[in-house]
Amino acid sequence: MANNQASKSIVIDYDAIAKQESFKALVRKKNAFLWSITVFFLAAYMLLPILTSYTTILHQKAIGEVTWVWIYAAGLFIMTWSLCHLYVAKANSFDKEAKAIIAEYENGGGRL
Amino acid sequence: MSPIAIFFFVAIVGLTLIITWWASKRTSSATDFYTAGGGLTGWQNGLAIAGDYLSAASFLGIAGAVALFGFDGFFFSIGYLVAYLVVLYIVAEPLRNLGKFTLADMITARFNNSKVRGTAALSTITIVLFYMIAQLVGAGALIQLLLGIDYWVAVLIVGVMMTTYVLFGGMTATSWVQIIKACLLMLGTVIISFLVLKEFGFSISTMFTEMSTATDNGAAYLNPGLKYTNGIDTISVLIALVLGTAGLPHILMRFFTVKDAKTARSSVIWATWIVGLFYVLTIFLGFGAAAFVGKEDIIAANAAGNMAAPLLAEALGGDILFSFVCAVAFATILAVVAGLVLSGASALSHDIYGQIIKKGKITEKEQVLAARIGSITISVVSILLALGAQTLNVAFLVSLAFCIAGSANLPVIIYTIYWKRFNTAGAVTAMLTGLISALILVAVSPNVWNPVEGKAIFVGNPLIMLTNPAIISVPLGFLGGFIGTLLSKESDEAKYREVDVKANTGISVQDVSH
Repeated sequence: MANNQASKSIVIDYDAIAKQESFKALVRKKNAFLWSITVFFLAAYMLLPILTSYTTILHQKAIGEVTWVWIYAAGLFIMTWSLCHLYVAKANSFDKEAKAIIAEYENGGGRL
Repeated sequence: MSPIAIFFFVAIVGLTLIITWWASKRTSSATDFYTAGGGLTGWQNGLAIAGDYLSAASFLGIAGAVALFGFDGFFFSIGYLVAYLVVLYIVAEPLRNLGKFTLADMITARFNNSKVRGTAALSTITIVLFYMIAQLVGAGALIQLLLGIDYWVAVLIVGVMMTTYVLFGGMTATSWVQIIKACLLMLGTVIISFLVLKEFGFSISTMFTEMSTATDNGAAYLNPGLKYTNGIDTISVLIALVLGTAGLPHILMRFFTVKDAKTARSSVIWATWIVGLFYVLTIFLGFGAAAFVGKEDIIAANAAGNMAAPLLAEALGGDILFSFVCAVAFATILAVVAGLVLSGASALSHDIYGQIIKKGKITEKEQVLAARIGSITISVVSILLALGAQTLNVAFLVSLAFCIAGSANLPVIIYTIYWKRFNTAGAVTAMLTGLISALILVAVSPNVWNPVEGKAIFVGNPLIMLTNPAIISVPLGFLGGFIGTLLSKESDEAKYREVDVKANTGISVQDVSH
């Protein structure tokens, strides 16, 4: 509680952080990663109803009675799990950069 | 009702009440009430998210849909699962870094304006009420069927239980009820799936071979097209599933129950694995029900197919498994409606009362009291609506809730985090356009109008042929926000820089105070 009380008098200069090159670089890298992967998985997902509604490619048998549509669905499940773990790996490295950015801000005298 | 069934039901009611009693001693502040003090760990919150997600609609609904429509039923499993990626990549961490209790908190972190907060609260409450009516009506019908009691008694039992959890135990009780229910549900599903696989000699290829002749649809059962024949409609339903999740208030609220963005992230991973495995098993539940119960018996028990999983449990595991699965379904319903009450109450008591009416000048004690009154209000209103809606076909309300969530909430979340020029007017127009267009489009859809009496709420021809209008209303939500923003000159770039820094670094005053 004492920590909270003391912290009220401290003002973070968000503009100063936003102007740091390191921050700009992180945001660029992060958004490029997030949005490119998002476009990819949404495209892979939306392709399924498009293919099943307007073509019969996925209706053909793949293995025994199992049709390609099940294989495609299985692919989407595997994609979801893999991209989850990819995200965590990436996010952990973004975390490190974010910490460095805050440290840079503090050393730059931002607290004064 | 058999003694075994009574035993399972009493055990579940007793266990959840003990949890509520335990949680009530840990619920003294507003943070405790709304977010369990932010003290859940990654796996706990992950199980609770999975619990929120594995509603009766998932467990009973998807099993029934796969049983009746083969692959078309499985579309739901795929959509719900991929939706986690939208949550994880776009929404979860910025939301955790910016918000406190509600979606409105997150948006007003950028636009401190009571119109924005009020609109966000309105959208949350609308979604919660629709979702809740669907759950309560479904629960009433189901429990009526399982226990042989009157519909109104069944709705009241569920209503009283959910109110008790939330009122006394807040988010702590709700979360632990979710966690336990998620474990029980997985256990039940794994057991049934194992028994189904055993019937097929533990061979997936044998299962598919037998399923290609097991139903009157023949090989078509294993391909899409039994339920959805209109391509645009199929695509629209899938858009609502994948984008709606990331805007559902009771899911969003789950990111405030952990201490930081890192834990929020790890809880999504847990949830994705658990829910993903569950959705794989819905194939066994559905196929098993179609093969060993039969479509005729499933439809005879419930036209929507909701009894497929319990009937399958009875066919393969006898009375004990049937009773267990019914009790788990009951627990599932209780846990999900409790989560909904809590998110509705947060919008009503925290956003509308605490922040708009009292302008944030409210003591801790008043906040907790307001939260409890809000919970009772949301519960009572939804119970009354559910009692009145008994004879209506309300299954579409779940997809309507998803549609509003995707059309009204998701655009404003994305714009708030990622668009520098976005402003107050845009935030309000984005939410209102999404909300109103979703409501109007559903009101003129085949869910509400059908020329055959009894098929929908009103007799007549629908104006549009979409069962879910997401393909129109989601773009409208984005467009509404875009136009609203450009029509207003207001723009606060400094505030956006603050939001950008907070969302991307998770920086808070604590970080720089030592």
